[in-house]
Amino acid sequence: MHTTQDLLQFIFAGLTSGAIYALIALGFSVVHNTMGIVNFVQVDFVSLGGMLMFSALLTAGLPMMPGLLLAVTGVALVAMLVERFGLRPSRSHHELVLIFLTVGISIILRGAMKLIWGKNRMALPPLTSDEPITILGAAVLPQALWIMLLTLIAISLLSWFFYKTPLGLSMRAVASNPTAAAVVGIPAGKIRLTSYAIAGALGGLAGVLVTPITTLNYDVGVLLGLKGFAAAILGGFGSFPGAVLGGIGLGLLESLSAGYLSSAYKDVVAFVVLLLVLFVRPKGLLGK
Amino acid sequence: MLQLEDLGKRFGGLPALDKVSFEVPRGKLTALIGPNGAGKSTLINCVSGVLKPTEGTVTFAGADITGQPAHDIAHSGIARTFQNLKLFPRLTVLDNVLTGLTCEGGRSMLMAMLRLPYLRHRERQLKLRAMEALDRFGMTDKANWPAGVLSYGDKKRVELARATVGNPQLILLDEPVAGLNAEETAAVGDQLNRLRIAGYTLLLVEHDMDLVMEISDQIVVLDSGRCIASGSPDEVRCNPLVLEAYLGRMDATA
Repeated sequence: MHTTQDLLQFIFAGLTSGAIYALIALGFSVVHNTMGIVNFVQVDFVSLGGMLMFSALLTAGLPMMPGLLLAVTGVALVAMLVERFGLRPSRSHHELVLIFLTVGISIILRGAMKLIWGKNRMALPPLTSDEPITILGAAVLPQALWIMLLTLIAISLLSWFFYKTPLGLSMRAVASNPTAAAVVGIPAGKIRLTSYAIAGALGGLAGVLVTPITTLNYDVGVLLGLKGFAAAILGGFGSFPGAVLGGIGLGLLESLSAGYLSSAYKDVVAFVVLLLVLFVRPKGLLGK
Repeated sequence: MLQLEDLGKRFGGLPALDKVSFEVPRGKLTALIGPNGAGKSTLINCVSGVLKPTEGTVTFAGADITGQPAHDIAHSGIARTFQNLKLFPRLTVLDNVLTGLTCEGGRSMLMAMLRLPYLRHRERQLKLRAMEALDRFGMTDKANWPAGVLSYGDKKRVELARATVGNPQLILLDEPVAGLNAEETAAVGDQLNRLRIAGYTLLLVEHDMDLVMEISDQIVVLDSGRCIASGSPDEVRCNPLVLEAYLGRMDATA
């Protein structure tokens, strides 16, 4: 019995971090689909989410839910600024140029966060109590349940948006064929701005949710973000179901290997998976 | 309706279009013909904003639209189809046609999204119109197929449905019957004729001379980027310059 409890414990842990990776991977995918680039600022959206939550709760003294909404919209706004003033003025729209711009903006953003919030590690309280709940013999933090619930809500909202709204249809059209999209009258600028806002909101949400169980500082998003990137590659870069599957798969792999092999290799797993996928099946599990 | 004045486009140093001027009258079908490489597709691309002309002006319904981005030109009422098909392969046929109604939503889609009942009502209306457009081209039974899996002829039909669904003021058609068999060509020709009778303004690029002679009100002939003739089908048919462009110089063989 002891072993099944262990297994359950590992699965819960895996699902929790998997949900976070899925959110980040979705952020990468949204921007990739509409602009054809890897947006490295995604990793800082995660840190910024945690930071804004910290300020909303502890500096402004807001309650949890308004704080969460404020942090997520705050990151979405910053993301829109990144697109509008960081990428759009670029004279070249070559993908490589834009990708390097995102690398540069990522460094600037991280520097700005270091200046504003300092280099110290901070602690963010969980959304509700941190008394573990026992489910089928496994101890689960309420925050872990929040993570899974809010990730599910975010994914449902996202698919509603993409499949039930005109703007969502426009975004899928741009992803499918940018020239045709322009010719039927879809303004590329607005679509890019929207995709950055969505990517920012997803990254920000991931940051708000995960930092109470990890830790919070100005570059906490880097490792998480790279794992989200690995998850996106695993699922098939640009595929939304792939991002979710890749996130959950990577989270489970990590926690199972940490549990049964050694936790020392936990962070290695993501990158071994990344390499294996790139060697064996570069288009990922659900890639086109 | 559409006026081109001294329109020019250079790729590097090479002129693809050289001082082309002509007018597309409202409610008429104007055909643009010429040998391969004459610059017909370049011209359509310059008008629809896919390419920016290097000189000259494009005036549409009294407004100068030269060099504007494609989506703005679409909003001013110009729709088009492509020679080599530009559908959204991963979207369903119905969604493809729905994108043709983008311009109708205006630019406040975000605002509309906040009013859900209104949005739902509008979505139903738009879907209805998209289905009507599909019906015109006999594609209703495939409305939920992904466009990427359709046959070539069906893809052409979907593109026509997408270009016409929003009732644009001007439709640019780049070789709508290329690659179709005789029966399909006749069906598309029939559709174009119906659009013309319904009062649409059309600019048609086409190699199929039988079709062009049959349905055009006016024909413009391009050769090596220049406009060498224009007029009614009968005038153009007898124009020696046109024969020369198509058949080669007579005096060289004489």
